[in-house]
Amino acid sequence: MTVETYDIAQKTPRSSKSAAREPAGAKPIKRIDPGRIMLYSVLLVAAVYYLLPLYVMVMTSLKGMPEVRLGNIFAPPLEITFAPWVKAWDTACTGLYCEGLKVGFWNSVQITIPSVIISIAIASVNGYALSNWKFKGSEVFFTILIFGSFIPYQVMLYPLVIITRELGLFGSLQGVVFVHTIFGMPILTLLFRNYFASLPEELFKAARVDGAGFWGIFLKVLVPMSVPIFVVAIILQVTGIWNDFLFGVIFAGVKNFPMTVQLNNIVNTTMGVTEYNVNMAATILTGAVPLVIYFVSGRFFVRGIAAGAVKG
Amino acid sequence: MSVAKRPNPLFRNLNAKIAAMPMIATTLIVFLGCSIWTVVYSFTKSRGLPAEEFIGFAQYERLFRTSRWLMSMENIAIYGVLSLTISFIVGFVLAALIDQKIRFEDTFRTIYLYPFALSFIVTGIVWQWILNPSLGIQETVRSWGWENFTFDLIANRGTVLYALLIAGIWQGTGFVMVLMLAGIRGIDSEIWKAAKVDGIPTWKTYLFVVIPMMRGVMITTLVIVAAGIVKLYDLVVAMTQGGPGIASEVPAKYVYDFMFARANLGQALAASTVMLTTVLIILIPWIYLEYGKKKQAR
Amino acid sequence: MNSISIRDLSLKFGDTTVLNQLNLEVAEGEFLVLLGASGCGKSTLLNCIAGLLDLSEGQIFINGNNVTWAEPKDRGIGMVFQSYALYPQMSVRGNLTFGLKNARVPKDEINTRVKRAAQMLQIEPLLDRKPAQLSGGQRQRVAIGRALVRDVDVFLFDEPLSNLDAKLRAELRVELKRLHQNLRNTMIYVTHDQVEAMTLADRIAIMRGGVIQQLADPYTIYNHPVNKYVAGFIGSPSMNFLDGMFGGGDAPTFKSTGLDIQLGRYGFKDGSSDQAPIYLGIRPEHVQAGEASRELPFTRDINVEVVEPMGSDTLIWTSLEGQPFHFRMDGQAQVDVGETLQIGFDPAKASLFDKASEIRL
Repeated sequence: MTVETYDIAQKTPRSSKSAAREPAGAKPIKRIDPGRIMLYSVLLVAAVYYLLPLYVMVMTSLKGMPEVRLGNIFAPPLEITFAPWVKAWDTACTGLYCEGLKVGFWNSVQITIPSVIISIAIASVNGYALSNWKFKGSEVFFTILIFGSFIPYQVMLYPLVIITRELGLFGSLQGVVFVHTIFGMPILTLLFRNYFASLPEELFKAARVDGAGFWGIFLKVLVPMSVPIFVVAIILQVTGIWNDFLFGVIFAGVKNFPMTVQLNNIVNTTMGVTEYNVNMAATILTGAVPLVIYFVSGRFFVRGIAAGAVKG
Repeated sequence: MSVAKRPNPLFRNLNAKIAAMPMIATTLIVFLGCSIWTVVYSFTKSRGLPAEEFIGFAQYERLFRTSRWLMSMENIAIYGVLSLTISFIVGFVLAALIDQKIRFEDTFRTIYLYPFALSFIVTGIVWQWILNPSLGIQETVRSWGWENFTFDLIANRGTVLYALLIAGIWQGTGFVMVLMLAGIRGIDSEIWKAAKVDGIPTWKTYLFVVIPMMRGVMITTLVIVAAGIVKLYDLVVAMTQGGPGIASEVPAKYVYDFMFARANLGQALAASTVMLTTVLIILIPWIYLEYGKKKQAR
Repeated sequence: MNSISIRDLSLKFGDTTVLNQLNLEVAEGEFLVLLGASGCGKSTLLNCIAGLLDLSEGQIFINGNNVTWAEPKDRGIGMVFQSYALYPQMSVRGNLTFGLKNARVPKDEINTRVKRAAQMLQIEPLLDRKPAQLSGGQRQRVAIGRALVRDVDVFLFDEPLSNLDAKLRAELRVELKRLHQNLRNTMIYVTHDQVEAMTLADRIAIMRGGVIQQLADPYTIYNHPVNKYVAGFIGSPSMNFLDGMFGGGDAPTFKSTGLDIQLGRYGFKDGSSDQAPIYLGIRPEHVQAGEASRELPFTRDINVEVVEPMGSDTLIWTSLEGQPFHFRMDGQAQVDVGETLQIGFDPAKASLFDKASEIRL
């Protein structure tokens, strides 16, 4: 299977192409091009569609309930209040407990950190073995692994419940970590395999002549020059695991529900009056971690999500 | 001089084999083993716990008589077709527009892609709020004076699917756009020069030159997006819980509910086997294409 | 004792045979060049010797030890690569010492060796730089240094100069030759560049399709190529091949439409059958034109079709009785297109090849 990672975040595309579009020499007098106006209008309208929910979320979360009931979701708050945020974090009810999202937050942290470390450690070694130390059958396993990533999780759920139960992991943080490690493996292995395969093979040969073994080459030669791909993998995994709902709700157990599950329980609880402002504050809090990662890492994030793209 | 015996091939590369053990175990036990287990037990009478009492296709017969399952299948089919079509068109158009050497390219791209960083749970809850008929857009527009304005997709059996679609598109088009942009930018710049020299308008170049050349990216995106659609679950749970009634049920939710809430394992396993079959129908032509091409290249 | 011996080496990838029943003996201190077009198996053979590829069949001995299944580090070899293959995150010193540290060589010993190698290659001022801060030529010196510090008897070079520009390549070529003259190590050098091969080698092995076509010193390879492939591969511009028949008997001749070349002076390996189709090969530089050709056994008038002045010499493209033909003249020769010239050559300098087997007669 030909698999390649794209680098989409390239900033200056096709210098030669732009040269074709913008010939050198004296520039004609600038006119307002109707085509350009159309272009920017479409882009702006689209931007509004994408930004609207974020705007509504923030505005609603800063209003008091009486103001929310006025029924203008676009209006900025007349009176800014942070009470919904405090309540969402500290005392919002999930139907059973009223301890707020903070429980879920810490659960998510405890799920995400080990999952990210373990899954990346395993997958990077896998990718290394698959790109540099191919053995009989290694490609077959890799192909199954990649196609396996397309199998709906539902198909493997119940047997996994049995396996984790037998291992004594079901309903615990370790159980979710275990499942995340398994399901993170295809994409991460692909990511690392492609990256290591793109490094010059002669470097690997030189290290072998220099007497470095399987682990020596990996740790002393390849890992130090692969920092960017590890960053991509970390971003990919933190975002993916933080956003997971299904595995959290099944494998973590009630006490260990991650933030997404708690958020859903807070919002969709049928008890009491729905406090939309608290809901929105809770939603922002849950989305904050991946959003911050996204805005801070931009370029790496784009590389990460495109890494799964299989080039035809 | 001596003749060296070939070492046992099993121990050649031993470290690599040991290092690959987790991967080998995962592929064999989880991806193959668990899938086969599910298929096999879908032919049993399992209720709360797995049981080895085989009853042929009875679970499937029951499954396809259940209106909730039929609704789920219909929903995912409609949702899938619309979602694929819209996200491909919107994704490609946005990518082509962004490709026009625009200013603030990074800003626009960042805005279009940020929803992809959010979970389906967050997406579902936000749009549930915006589309909420009593306090959301409908009420807002009415309060501006259009008293008869109606926008209650989410509360209506016939239209709730479109509410899901709006949210799903919002979350996922950025991803399609990014892949399309990569495809567009992966095209040799000389093609553009040739088209320019031949005097072909830009839009025609995109339509008749660029898109056909992006076949690979298109197929890849299609497969990834389609496989994602089959898994649709979180969004429905967060946004509609399958309602109103059973109007927005989807297969993945059917499986979950029968597996964990209703303790009817046989039904859940039969339903997941149907999901697996659907994915295989999407995947097999693709595998065929991939491997056919590889053979040719050799 | 030979430095390297290779016995019946075969390498197969699935159904493809890359190296086929290959035998090779390399003497101690010899500079052997493996020469061939890309895909001929020369780099593959080098990787087998280095232990970077597992053989399908055969045995490899280095310094009398059977190393067929030994790890690369245990074979007593140093290797230099085309892309330099320097570890980017390590300094030059780090690159030089990485192998020694892996082998747990004592620190003092490491320092001595690094110092000596750096001196020899004039890279002392660069020791604390990173590879990215070096020029191509400097990088390749460091890569050679990395092989040098290993203090081994056998050096393997995998197209080490191919990534350099023409000027640097010529400089480093001379330097490599000097290095070999000083160290007297066994060196095996893979290249597709016949100039490198001719200038550096004690012996050249010309490879094609995983088989060594000819293994001989440069002089023999140039003057007595064993077959048409070798004859065509060595020499630039390449040898002329005239298509014709062999007329045997008492006075061997080459016969073709309009041509009748007496081969009395040609040194046949063994007799050839009458009326067999053959090729007559003659190098462009062995053809004389004008005055100089008058005394030669074979002469003919030709019509100049294309003139390529190269400075040091001039190439003339023409045809000899309908068969394409080119030859070399002095760089200062003034020749016009369409001009008629007398040319000639001595059949003793020609090479004859059987048409079917392409083997030299």
